[in-house]
Amino acid sequence: MTRIAIVGIGIHPFGRTEGVSGQDQGSYAVRAACKDAGVEWGDIEFAYGGSMAAGAADTMVSKLGLTGLQFINVANGCATGGSALLSAYSTIKSGAYDLGIAIGFDKHERGAFRVKTASTGRDWYGGTGLALTTQFFGMKINRYMSEYGISQRTLARVSAKAFRNAELNENAWRRKPLSEEEILHSAMLSYPLTQYMFCSPGEGGVALILARADQAHKYTDKPIFLDAAVVKSRRFGSFEVLAPSLALDWSAGPTVDTSKKAFELAGIGPEDVDVAQLQDTESGAEIMHMAENGFCEHGEQEFMLEKGETEIGGRLPVNTDGGCLANGEPVGASGLRQVYEIVHQLRGDAGTRQVPNNPKVGYTHVYGSPGISGVNILSR
Amino acid sequence: MALTQLSIKDTILELTDDGPRLIGMRCKDCDNHVFPYQEGCNRCTGTNVEKIRLGTKGKLWAWTVQGFPPKAPPYLGEASPEKFQPYGVGYVEIDGQLKVEARLTESDPEKLQVGMPMELTTVVLCEEDDRDLVTYAFEPCA
Ligand SMILES: [Zn+2]
Repeated sequence: MTRIAIVGIGIHPFGRTEGVSGQDQGSYAVRAACKDAGVEWGDIEFAYGGSMAAGAADTMVSKLGLTGLQFINVANGCATGGSALLSAYSTIKSGAYDLGIAIGFDKHERGAFRVKTASTGRDWYGGTGLALTTQFFGMKINRYMSEYGISQRTLARVSAKAFRNAELNENAWRRKPLSEEEILHSAMLSYPLTQYMFCSPGEGGVALILARADQAHKYTDKPIFLDAAVVKSRRFGSFEVLAPSLALDWSAGPTVDTSKKAFELAGIGPEDVDVAQLQDTESGAEIMHMAENGFCEHGEQEFMLEKGETEIGGRLPVNTDGGCLANGEPVGASGLRQVYEIVHQLRGDAGTRQVPNNPKVGYTHVYGSPGISGVNILSR
Repeated sequence: MALTQLSIKDTILELTDDGPRLIGMRCKDCDNHVFPYQEGCNRCTGTNVEKIRLGTKGKLWAWTVQGFPPKAPPYLGEASPEKFQPYGVGYVEIDGQLKVEARLTESDPEKLQVGMPMELTTVVLCEEDDRDLVTYAFEPCA
């Protein structure tokens, strides 16, 4: 079976870049990825790309060069980047092409996401004062905390870790370390989550170049293999963001399904993972996603965070680049940023934030609107 | 004198003489309920569904407090940072039917608790054409 390798990576710094469009941040990342792989834009045979709020990806060819390649726009909510990567992976696996690129970028307005739910007539959902993604995260972690004994201090620990890690990442947005007290006492946005426990919509771009594994040596000495790429939507009975009603039935959310499928495809288990990037839209999400992805039992996170097990030097480093909390969430680029970081960690060139356990297997996970999840498993 | 009330959308929220009612879907094949009404059942995938008035009493299943003004649009209530008042948001489990996401009239975390009984009511968002534009909310009840 054809294995797929990531042979080139590029990023445009996350945060706020005045005067540079989201699409230009995407193009910047593409050029950086080509340079990393030692290829020209003209060598790329196909592209999948997307953004949520910064326009169609394929029009960037007018600046990158009109080479006639197959370029397909991807729009899949919070799994847009993951879907571009999965599409590129599948395209090479199918045998259609040997060298392609997955691109994600975005540029969002300031403040919480503005969700418009009505195509005709009055927008009763947003009009009522619902339809905020922040409310879902507040409700989910609030319930989870009382069910599994997670303290607010643990929420603050996650944020403090994110900003600490970001201080070591020149491409991150919020690089100033904050104390747990500062985090706990910042404005209460959606109980029990405070301002510094939430990530903000932001800007950024990432591009990843993929090749058949048996040709990877042409482009890099350190190919990183993509052993599983999975995207799944929700099943009946799960508790999802932006849902005016939920069923009485209960089923695990898409993260659990996606994670299981990815481990199955890669032929390994959570115990084999050395470094992970988990969706941390807010600090509670990282905590819940540790368990939903199979890295611990529900409730164990309290102890794990207290012992520093998810720190860069811990047993299972999580969100080593600062995650969404410190990088912000440009939706189209966010999932690919996770993979970008894992590639650095597995190559062993993550600099001062390199995890010291000589990692061989990395894991990335996104969750988001409208109840979708994407997981990638990488190895060297 | 109180103004006449106007529903935010009458296909979602009916203002009846006996109080507010939410309009939802019931599947005649599998008894699944969905709010708001839709033309297909997301459990059995069938289309043998009917429009019903949902129950008005339930128990709080999950909650948070909206602590900052939502963006307007789409928000129709008071969105200026100076005048905004936090409001509760939660899912209320209506026995034998579904869980409905709604505003809560209570916004004090000390007074909100999973499992507490709640009842459907309305809250005023703004004035429109000399009427009070209202939406649905749940309030704690005995
Ligand atoms: Zn049904």
